[in-house]
Amino acid sequence: MRVSCRINGEQREADGVWPGESLLYLLRERLGLPGAKNACEQGECGSCTVYLDGLPVCACLVASGQAQGREVVAVEGLSGPDGTLDRVQRAFLEAGAVQCGFCTPGLIVAVHDLLARVPAPADPDIREALAGNLCRCTGYEKIMEAVRLAAAAPPSAPGAMPVPAPGGPR
Amino acid sequence: MDFLSPTSWAEALAAKAAYPEAVPIAGGTDVMVELNFDRRRPPALLDLTRIGELVEWGTDGGLLRVGAGVTYRRIIAELGDRMPGLAMAARTVGSPQIRNRGTVGGNLGSASPAGDALPPLLAAGGLVELASVRGVRRLPVAEFFTGPKRSVRAPDELIAAFLLPMERGRHQFAKIGTRNAMVIAVCSFALALRPATGEVGTGIGSAGPTPLRAVDAERFLAGELPWQTGAGLPDPLIRRFGELVVAAAAPIDDVRGSAAYRRHALSVLARRTLVWAWEEYRREGP
Ligand SMILES: Cc1cc2nc3c(=O)[nH]c(=O)nc-3n(C[C@H](O)[C@H](O)[C@H](O)COP(=O)(O)OP(=O)(O)OC[C@H]3O[C@@H](n4cnc5c(N)ncnc54)[C@H](O)[C@@H]3O)c2cc1C
Ligand code: FES
Ligand code: FES
Repeated sequence: MRVSCRINGEQREADGVWPGESLLYLLRERLGLPGAKNACEQGECGSCTVYLDGLPVCACLVASGQAQGREVVAVEGLSGPDGTLDRVQRAFLEAGAVQCGFCTPGLIVAVHDLLARVPAPADPDIREALAGNLCRCTGYEKIMEAVRLAAAAPPSAPGAMPVPAPGGPR
Repeated sequence: MDFLSPTSWAEALAAKAAYPEAVPIAGGTDVMVELNFDRRRPPALLDLTRIGELVEWGTDGGLLRVGAGVTYRRIIAELGDRMPGLAMAARTVGSPQIRNRGTVGGNLGSASPAGDALPPLLAAGGLVELASVRGVRRLPVAEFFTGPKRSVRAPDELIAAFLLPMERGRHQFAKIGTRNAMVIAVCSFALALRPATGEVGTGIGSAGPTPLRAVDAERFLAGELPWQTGAGLPDPLIRRFGELVVAAAAPIDDVRGSAAYRRHALSVLARRTLVWAWEEYRREGP
């Protein structure tokens, strides 16, 4: 089947899609967007987290046909067209919350969403929000630091793409 | 594989009647795991996420009717005060990513004995609404399950909604897992005190072939609770309730826990939720 949807603000199309394949496969293997990572394909690790119609979801658990006509924002869409990083991306770099980096794109999206909902999260809020993102390297302390750092920075880097508010068919 | 993408409920029912082997997919948090791991190769998927009727909730006589496609996220955000037990359970499901997609309809559809939404639906005296081109039927949630991952849903039927009585009660849910988040229940328990009718409801998760009610425990407690005086509960009553709940369970040994552990944990959950719910009743009234 043909699937078309808006991805990172751009209208994209893919042909020959097997309807049962995941949005994650569509993004990575058909559209060349490797930001969302594939680690478990069962919703456990969160490394494939993307916004779908404004809500963070595991791209590995969305059937590609379900993405038809929807709005997807992956980690690539959070930085500006000129490469300006979002405050969450900058905070991860500054705090050293990135080691192998495999979990990072999913975490960035999850943290981006957290700060949009809870501008000044307490540690338990952060832990609850990130419960679906596994990291094998950092021990999470640097990640916690990065979230606190991002929360303290002025919102949204200039030029970064705004994520649509959740709406439409929920 | 065919992909059916109805945009109305009537269209969805017609599609299911014409193509009974088509597998419904809502949030996909159960279906996609099976597809990704080649455990299932259905000839067609029937996407339910474009059907407006399924994501609505409202009142229907004395009942609150919630569309099968309402996500856990929305149950917590929009229905927390009306369905506190279900909202508590919803908060324990997976992660934010899973709660943003997963639905109670899908939890019913999977009919896993470990489904976290199911004990609160049992405890609250919930109904399931099934629909097909042949018509609509409503049945108590307790009559919906026939075995592990099996239900009375016919091949041409879809789950339209679940319904709960609107009377205010004191509802609790507790779950044992190997950690706090992102965990499938080793066992779980839901309790509903319904002062308006003097009834008690229970739901046991992950300790039997289906989610179960502890009917003897319900009857015992309804008769013994000092509803009028609101007095504190004597220890023997609390313990007896725990024993009767355990007696209704039929747990097995598996990778998540032994049957003996499940029995023990269940009695603890039953006692705890009773004390929480009763203290709330004493403090805040019915
Ligand atoms: C990482 C992870 C963690 C999880 N944690 C939990 C947890 O803590 N507790 C828990 O209970 N579950 C958990 N689950 C399981 C799952 O999220 C739930 O069972 C959820 O409720 C399924 O809803 P869904 O909309 O995603 O269902 P889907 O996957 O879309 O569907 C599930 C089943 O129901 C059928 N179905 C869906 N809608 C209908 C309908 N309207 N009519 C008829 N059939 C229908 C489908 O055909 C399928 O058989 C977890 C899953 C993952 C991947
Ligand atoms: S790859 Fe999707 S959650 Fe792990
Ligand atoms: S940095 Fe390696 S998995 Fe998180």
